[in-house]
Amino acid sequence: MNPLGHLFCSTIGRKVIMAVTGIVLIGFVIGHLVGNLQVFEEPDRINGYAQFLHTLGPVLWVMRITLLVCAGLHIWAATVLTIEDRKARGAVDYRTKTWIQATLSSRYMRWTGYVVLAFVIYHLAQFTLGSVQSASYKENLPEYTMNADYHVMGIPVVHAGTHVHDVRSMVILGFSQPIVAFFYIFAVGLLSLHLLHGAQSLFQTLGLRNSSWGKALRAIVTLACLAYFLGNLAIPGAVLTGHLKLNPASASSTP
Amino acid sequence: MAQLDPKIPSGPLAEKWRKHKMDIKLVNPANKRKYEIIVVGAGLAGSSAAATLGELGYKVKNFVFHDSPRRAHSIAAQGGINAAKNYQNDGDSVHRLFYDTIKGGDYRAREANIHRLAEVSVNIIDQCVAQGVPFAREYGGLLANRSFGGAQVSRTFYARGQTGQQLLLGAYSALSRMVGSGAVELNTHSEMLDLVVVDGHAKGIIVRDLTTGVITAHSADAVILATGGYGNVFNLSTYARGSNTTAIWRAYKKGACFANPSYAQIHPTCIPVSGDYQSKLTLMSESLRNDGRIWVPKNKEDCGKPPASIPEADRDYYLERMYPAFGNLCPRDIASRAAKRVCDEGRGVGETGLGVYLDFADAIKRLGEAGVRERYGNLFDIYHEITNENAYKVPMRIFPAVHYTMGGLWVDYNLMSNLPGLFVLGEANFSDHGANRLGASALMQGLADGYFVIPYTVGDYLAGQKPNSRPSVNSHEFVKAIADVESSVARFLSNKGKEPVSYYHKRLGKILWQHCGMARNKAGLEQGIKEIAQLREEFWANVKVPGSADTLNQSLEQAGRVADFLELGELMCRDALSREESCGCHFREEYQHPDGECKRDDENFSHVAAWEYQGEGKTPIRNVEKLNYEFTKMSVRNYK
Amino acid sequence: MSSEKNSKSISVTLRVWRQAGPNKPGQFVEYPAHNLSPNMSFLEMLDVVNDELTVKGQEPIAFAHDCREGICGTCSLVINGEPHGPHEGVASCQTYIRSFADGEVVTIEPFRAAPFPVIKDLVTDRSAFDKIQQAGGFITARAGSAPDANATSISKVDADLAMDAAQCIGCGACVAACKNASAMLFVAAKVSHLGILPQGQAERDKRVLAMVNTMDDLGFGGCTNQYECSAACPKLISHDFISRLNGDYIAASFRSMFKQAPAQTDGGAG
Repeated sequence: MNPLGHLFCSTIGRKVIMAVTGIVLIGFVIGHLVGNLQVFEEPDRINGYAQFLHTLGPVLWVMRITLLVCAGLHIWAATVLTIEDRKARGAVDYRTKTWIQATLSSRYMRWTGYVVLAFVIYHLAQFTLGSVQSASYKENLPEYTMNADYHVMGIPVVHAGTHVHDVRSMVILGFSQPIVAFFYIFAVGLLSLHLLHGAQSLFQTLGLRNSSWGKALRAIVTLACLAYFLGNLAIPGAVLTGHLKLNPASASSTP
Repeated sequence: MAQLDPKIPSGPLAEKWRKHKMDIKLVNPANKRKYEIIVVGAGLAGSSAAATLGELGYKVKNFVFHDSPRRAHSIAAQGGINAAKNYQNDGDSVHRLFYDTIKGGDYRAREANIHRLAEVSVNIIDQCVAQGVPFAREYGGLLANRSFGGAQVSRTFYARGQTGQQLLLGAYSALSRMVGSGAVELNTHSEMLDLVVVDGHAKGIIVRDLTTGVITAHSADAVILATGGYGNVFNLSTYARGSNTTAIWRAYKKGACFANPSYAQIHPTCIPVSGDYQSKLTLMSESLRNDGRIWVPKNKEDCGKPPASIPEADRDYYLERMYPAFGNLCPRDIASRAAKRVCDEGRGVGETGLGVYLDFADAIKRLGEAGVRERYGNLFDIYHEITNENAYKVPMRIFPAVHYTMGGLWVDYNLMSNLPGLFVLGEANFSDHGANRLGASALMQGLADGYFVIPYTVGDYLAGQKPNSRPSVNSHEFVKAIADVESSVARFLSNKGKEPVSYYHKRLGKILWQHCGMARNKAGLEQGIKEIAQLREEFWANVKVPGSADTLNQSLEQAGRVADFLELGELMCRDALSREESCGCHFREEYQHPDGECKRDDENFSHVAAWEYQGEGKTPIRNVEKLNYEFTKMSVRNYK
Repeated sequence: MSSEKNSKSISVTLRVWRQAGPNKPGQFVEYPAHNLSPNMSFLEMLDVVNDELTVKGQEPIAFAHDCREGICGTCSLVINGEPHGPHEGVASCQTYIRSFADGEVVTIEPFRAAPFPVIKDLVTDRSAFDKIQQAGGFITARAGSAPDANATSISKVDADLAMDAAQCIGCGACVAACKNASAMLFVAAKVSHLGILPQGQAERDKRVLAMVNTMDDLGFGGCTNQYECSAACPKLISHDFISRLNGDYIAASFRSMFKQAPAQTDGGAG
């Protein structure tokens, strides 16, 4: 069998698919968070950043497709493995079964996964497609005019005076509805829990974990997940508590 | 009368095996696949034999009553395996291992067999390491050794406290390779219930599938029994619960001679019996005697007191007192008997009075608790699990228990019984340990027989048999054997008795332990024969075997095995009764030196007693194979 | 103190899975067990219950057992939801009555997993493990062909690590404990034991691919890295070996693609 065959046909191979796609998705959610945290700076930052992403054009699409494929493979592998795992357990299950040491996050991977999936769909519908809460969707908001150049690695990529979508206002308007904000917080909470097991698990699956540094890995992953959760909590939290407000200039800057 | 020709090759002792290998007949490689060999059992001897014969190109059928070959009780051996490698440069040699073994067996084993065993011991270690057995190593990467069972050289190779497990898994992996390649057909859950003899040659077996109850016949050009020892005849022993005598007993009843059945080794360091319900005695490795000191109170009155409250002056370190040279490390039979003696004097400890202390207080003082833990931690843990006592704080209580049987089916130098075509390997045969086995020798013998002896000697027999000449399973010998097995199964299930099989097994064990255990005498043995005959009658009148024959029925399995034990027990007493001397494990109270040591009678009893079945209710014939010591001087075993 | 605790006898109610044969429906049946000494082993308690059933003319409870000292791997009970019972690092046969409370209801089930079909009551067929072993769990070393045992030195660390893995008793508790009935810990122990040692290198890739593929074919589930297996293992074999197995499998998969294969074989290796 060739390696691709091993990858798709064996249990370990499918776990490797879960792990590798997991790494890509983790990379994405971290990048996404770091980008979004620019909302706490002057409006030029996040709006320029959003405009920059748009200017990438085909590169953006490659990224989007890669993410979509990874998410798809991640879900496909999880589904196939789950079906196999249930079949392996057999027709009659235990009457009494005690968990000996499995962590909470590991036991609810499937459920946290479902919620995260539902959230991602809503999130895309809200901020990328505008099919829900369309009143506050970026295309329906007044455009924002850049006050200064936006730089990436020292290179100016969006110039002062450019009219761009007002992503910042979209985010703030979106989260000013408490129900949306709370669903967001709930979902990223579960995503953090998902990552708490997933990020450790991928090291085991790829053959990189052992008990000589397993505890350190656990500590690092736990801290990273906590930081990730707090980072994500900050944006809706700040909107709800009134720390993050619409830029008074944003409404008046465009005619 | 059976003809017992040991077929020992001529020539100097050290040349016999080499010469024999050159003299014996070979089977042409293209013809090997035309011969079918049945191997019953998959312990060290059985699995190594089946794998090796498969490698050679024979068609092999392997039968085990377990659910997997890896369950055989060889797996439980803790201590180690001897080999005359002399890696420690401490003066070991093939000759020294030979000499220690023959002396350890109290000069009741064949010189030629033991010398061969010592010779091939070195190949065994090579073979096992090549298979991936993870023996203990030194920091430099070379193999580690320890001294064991009182040997004065360090020749024992070991894998933590699980040497038997690792060796068995090595042999099992070799067997698995042959099963995977199709050279060996593996039949699990398959219990051999009869041997089929055609024209005087062993040509097949009858097998019952324990999960379906289906009884089948299998014919072959040769039959190899490697079914282990029969110590469970005592009910309580360190054996696995399933270990039994059935395969060799049924072969005995088909004409194979049973040699020295009364030679049963009683191991000195086991956890004492704690109640009626007990099913199993657990061995504590002999290595504990390296650092533990064995004692009982000097005065009977102190036996019930907490051991810590008994002052040093009131303790009797009896092994150190009786055997100052070897002390706590004297051989197993001697240590066991000494424990019995002090308990008989009423100085035993524990609830039953059948126990002695194995005390680590001095070792803890010398090495610290951590030092003791490092050496014996796992054994202390086992002791704690079973007794709920902390042996770092209070001394262990130990008592002897049945551990190994040196007796077994009689075999010649080629490991073939007096029935041509029937080979017997490992503990199931009688051959190499005489009247007492030294520590770390059982594993050596099992693997020697399977890897290095049978592959040669079976060819010598098969070369005399026409290829593809084995009888059909439809021949009348097979048909009759199947009918006999079926009727014995039916007899159990239709018996309208009241008592479970275990009831009789326990009673048999008590009779044997009392009359045919660590010390024996004429009156007791005669009494034992009578009591066992009575018990057998009661068993057949009143045993209850519930369930049916067509699904897994553990009561039925056990009934068949205990029925055989009930016959074997009597033969053991007969054998012990007729051996009017004391040697090794066999201690006849009438024959002892004034200091209580064994008094051998080399003039009249330097022989193997091989019993020949004469039919139901008839007294078996005692055949004799004289032991000729050409190269060794028989001396009095002295460990003082 | 311990002797006081030791002397008190207790009674429990057993809730036992009874199943007349393979593919037959099963059910739980309750049996009282009285006057149990705390020093009795769990299996000895079942012996006593079975003798009582026999005397009453009922069929005894079938359960697998043999050595009763925790090394043969035959015994296989799930006691109150835990394979081999509540005590860590022991087999069912090393579980003692002192671990249970007077009056407790004790549920006893077989090791459940699709690849371990029930033969009867609490006895299951674990021959799947033998099949995995036959697929590659060996080092090819024909009897008689071995070099001197000290010809290759092996570092103590490697020998000890191989021994850690080699201790596996093949009981199947790892499969029974895993929610996916995965045999990864068993396979990992075998692959690691042989793969760590220098003798095992020649067949290393072939071994890991064959054993994992056989494991999958036999219907064992995948590993979700929850480590219930190592917690239930009577020998406490570490799940680090699963990580090692994964690494070995990945490496072997890729090597099998990029490694040049010989154009001809000489037919001798078998």
